[in-house]
Amino acid sequence: MSRLELGSTVEKQAQIDAIYKDLVRRVKASPIRTCPVDMTYASLNVCLAQSCGKCVPCRTGLRQLSNLIEDVLENRGTMETLRLIEELSKEIADTADCAIGRTAAELVMKAVKNDRDDFVCHIETHNCKARAEGPIPCIALCPAKVDIPGYIALVNAGKYQDAVKLIRKDNPFPSACAYICEHACEEHCRRNLIDDAINIRGLKRFAVDNAGEIETPKKYEATGKKVAVLGGGPAGLSAAYYLKIMGHDVTVFEMREKLGGMLRYGIPEYRLPKAILDKEIEYILSTGVEVKLKTKVGREVSLEEIRSAYDAVFFTIGAHSDKKLGIEGEDAIGVTSAVALLRDMGKDIMPDYTGKNVVVVGGGNVAMDVTRTSVRLGAKSVTCVYRRRIEDMTALPEEVAGAREEDATILALQAPLRIEKNEDGTVKALITKPQIIGGSDRSGRPSVRDAALPEREIPADVIIVAIGQDIESRPFSSEIPVNRGRIIAGRDCRIENLKGVFAGGDCVTGPATVIKAIAAGKTAAANIDSYLGFNHKISVDVEIPEPSFMDKPVCGRVSITELEAVDSKDNFNCIECGMTKEAADQESSRCLRCDKFGYGTFFGGREVSW
Amino acid sequence: MVKVKIDGIEYEAKEGSTIFEVAKKNGIDIPSLCFLKDLNEIAACRVCLVEIEGVDRLAPSCNTKVADGMVVYTNNPRVRRARKLNLQLILSQHDGNCTTCVRSGNCELQKLANDFNVKNIPFELDVPENEWDFDAPLIKQNSKCIKCMRCIQICDKVQGLEIWDVVGSGGRTTVGLSAADTIRESKCTFCGQCVTHCPTGALTARDDTGRVEAALSDRDKVTVVQVAPAVRAAWGEAFGMTREEASFGKIVTALKRMGFDYVFDTNFTADLTIMEEGTEFLERFTHKYNYQWPMFTSCCPGWIRFIKGNYPKYVDNLSTAKSPQQMFGAVTKSYFAEKIGVDPHNIFLVSVMPCVSKKEEADLPTMKSVTGDTNDVDVVITTRELTRMMRAQHIDPKKVPETEADSPLGTGTGAAVIFGATGGVMDAALRSAYALVTGKNPDADAFTDVRGIKGWKEAKFEIPGAGTVRVAVVSGLQNTRKLMDAIDAGEVSYDFVEVMACPGGCAGGGGQPIREACELAEERGNELWRLDKNAKIRYSHENPDVKAIYDEYFGKPLSEKSHHLLHTDHHGWKMPGEE
Repeated sequence: MSRLELGSTVEKQAQIDAIYKDLVRRVKASPIRTCPVDMTYASLNVCLAQSCGKCVPCRTGLRQLSNLIEDVLENRGTMETLRLIEELSKEIADTADCAIGRTAAELVMKAVKNDRDDFVCHIETHNCKARAEGPIPCIALCPAKVDIPGYIALVNAGKYQDAVKLIRKDNPFPSACAYICEHACEEHCRRNLIDDAINIRGLKRFAVDNAGEIETPKKYEATGKKVAVLGGGPAGLSAAYYLKIMGHDVTVFEMREKLGGMLRYGIPEYRLPKAILDKEIEYILSTGVEVKLKTKVGREVSLEEIRSAYDAVFFTIGAHSDKKLGIEGEDAIGVTSAVALLRDMGKDIMPDYTGKNVVVVGGGNVAMDVTRTSVRLGAKSVTCVYRRRIEDMTALPEEVAGAREEDATILALQAPLRIEKNEDGTVKALITKPQIIGGSDRSGRPSVRDAALPEREIPADVIIVAIGQDIESRPFSSEIPVNRGRIIAGRDCRIENLKGVFAGGDCVTGPATVIKAIAAGKTAAANIDSYLGFNHKISVDVEIPEPSFMDKPVCGRVSITELEAVDSKDNFNCIECGMTKEAADQESSRCLRCDKFGYGTFFGGREVSW
Repeated sequence: MVKVKIDGIEYEAKEGSTIFEVAKKNGIDIPSLCFLKDLNEIAACRVCLVEIEGVDRLAPSCNTKVADGMVVYTNNPRVRRARKLNLQLILSQHDGNCTTCVRSGNCELQKLANDFNVKNIPFELDVPENEWDFDAPLIKQNSKCIKCMRCIQICDKVQGLEIWDVVGSGGRTTVGLSAADTIRESKCTFCGQCVTHCPTGALTARDDTGRVEAALSDRDKVTVVQVAPAVRAAWGEAFGMTREEASFGKIVTALKRMGFDYVFDTNFTADLTIMEEGTEFLERFTHKYNYQWPMFTSCCPGWIRFIKGNYPKYVDNLSTAKSPQQMFGAVTKSYFAEKIGVDPHNIFLVSVMPCVSKKEEADLPTMKSVTGDTNDVDVVITTRELTRMMRAQHIDPKKVPETEADSPLGTGTGAAVIFGATGGVMDAALRSAYALVTGKNPDADAFTDVRGIKGWKEAKFEIPGAGTVRVAVVSGLQNTRKLMDAIDAGEVSYDFVEVMACPGGCAGGGGQPIREACELAEERGNELWRLDKNAKIRYSHENPDVKAIYDEYFGKPLSEKSHHLLHTDHHGWKMPGEE
């Protein structure tokens, strides 16, 4: 026997790692809303299999804990069982020798705390509340519930126009979403079990780019009812589109010169070309929606007047005012906000940053938008300053990577302290305090604290604050219920005790995604229609191709490609490249058609109307 | 058309059809368990798997469509192995005590297990148990449930009720009640369609044959039995008899041999129902403004449960006439009891019904109209229970002669026998209503527009002297829901509507014999229409014993006495959730 040997452990571990790799895939593709009791039981058993078996709490305690949870699942449990689960898990967390046992017990503690209702329901009624609500993961996760397997099948069949029509049944902004949707639909894609999620947004882009002209949808007979939509953003225009199809007279009131809301005044041209947006809005207006531009509620017209002149009102004013850093020197000339810059860009007002040092503060997608916009405006240097680590940024990783490729600097772990001014009142520099990552905050995200390092001076001619947006709700707070600036509306978009007034979009949720705003518009349209005493169904006359029963061998995901930085960083041309037909054909064929296979087939695969 | 090769032979097949369909059409039998055409094509049991050339995994034939050039193997070792293993898995969670199961001999799972020569189950038995209200007329035993989900689909899609749902998670997934803790707290109508579509004995109707046996052996009881119209069109299926062969006369003989003192025919009170309900309709029709419209028939207890549970504001539109079963109970324990001089408490009345819901109807608090403390109808057995009793008593119906039913409650007309088929009640009512108004009989086949298996039928008939009567006939509760919604939305308007909860009417009732993957309501209904055609008397008002009962006892339809015994207050009891 030699005194030392190389690598045998590593080789043996490779087999186990292969199991974990599959497990990770499975976790990623987890069905929506599985039973938390059952999942706790299953996770605990994974932990148990990992126990080294040395210490009593981990070896025997976890096993007994597992037995107790099994009792609950098998309808043998009582409230005493639940009490014992709580007591035992606390003890194990307190006494296990290493983190394997401790965290396993904590997992149970957390579940019993957060999902207590489910445990109690199992115990008391012997029923499980958590029946998979959305059997088709992509549809379940899409706020607007777009028929994704349906349009992927249509793309695969080369029926691009039908694909777009099908999308429009639930989402009147197929193009905007094809370019900039955050695609939550891809997160739990079942294809993850085999290799990787379907590139759903990419396929949508291929569909809209190749659909050609589509005729305006048929409308229901005019009802004579009048609906006012306050705000011409994605939520307002979505509601207007469906309400018009339902036969109502719709007027959209928009305070700015043009429609589109944050799609126009918040998203830069290089991500969503205005020509595309204009065409999309034109299609919506072609249904006959009336528009009053440069009309702000509370300025040109009062809410009271609108309420008396219309049968229903949809309040969707967005979140357009900027949040301040609240630090010394913020009033310096040259300090601006992302909201202000992007709004100007939307109006085609382009500041000249040539030769300037631009500092962006923030870590979200909007911060990346202004970072990359500043690059395109000719800045000498663009530095994005963020309090936490790069991996903690809420911006999509590809956006961060894109910004860095375009030579922007991401300066992480720097908390803005104050802004130093030149004698003429212009910005001189941003002073930051270096941070160190530490314990978690309330949401469980690691938070930061001041590091034992000296302050840092970042020279700046322009500072752009991109730390969020606020809602201009104050003018309405006497008429409409407001909480911390947000309008209070139900999941059905109704405002309690305010007959006929509905609200949705950013002004209710706070700054959120476009697709969430669209979903709010769709929901409001349905409930306004009901409120007006109708039940007009929105449907589409499109036949979905039958899935073929074929093998689905491993096949990599077609990723979206972007223009190379050298070609993109000095202009506002659309940065993202569409798929080729070859790529779209292959990518669409990867879809596992959860509308047909698995639980999806149980209810026929789709909601044909709403 | 496409070309498909199945087991080495090429066939032409219609595009869009499934492998299962194409195989079946060409005489190739692919076994299946969960499949139910158009309703449940969910490929859950994995027993209908086939191999497709060029595809790695086995495919379910029930929902895989054929494609041109497809080469399919339905019976090779790989396919057989897979099917058998899946069967063994199903059996590992199934209570296999077939000897004491009511579905033994008529169970799709048992048949497949035999066919596949399954001699052992290589897994530990893991048979689930469930809690249930075993006094309810409808019983679910998870120990026999194979989770085919047919019950959910039939209840959702055909009956529009959604009583069942998939419950539990992961490996514990099963079928349970969707919204209520017990079946009696749910809006279940006890139509029993889930029972007749269950492949195994997981869903059954409560067995009441023991109570019948007990009464038959009680010397103090005068035992009386009534047999509903639709029973005669179906019971013979259980013995492999043709419909002509399985006559009503043979049922009478069998029941007599079992020891019943009097064997009567529900047809008698079907005719009586027509007299009451027909007269009630004419009274309403000629005093239109006093009533809510349309008037609904009230024979079907599943429908009564449905309207009370789902459209309570229309309850007053129901005819107040009791169903023929309950009229029979009231007449037996009053008129007949007086006639034979027996205390009604000592009469034990059994109903043989094609129905599960009738069991619950007999137990309603409003159905103790004679004595006040005992049920007018003591026990209700289904057609299936009748045939089980025949077997239990070693009565071979093929060999027994025919006997006529006893008098006076054993007489029925052609108008009564059609109560068992969709449209029959309407047809019979129109025949008599016409005669009541005009004083002369219409052609007995004047109202054929209301006949036939279609789920929602409409017609208009002119009754000289009364006007145009707009009628509708629906069967199946999903159709009924559509009709009720249309009435509620003002899209349709009728004067008289017949509703039967089961598709095709009582002929397709939830208490009828079960035949795998066969919808026999139409065929059985045709038998009833045939019996009507051949009947000597085809008008309820011409039933001589019905005339006699009015002369001797009730006076006339809607008299005070008939109000007390033959009519009911539909508000006298509540459905769960009904205010």
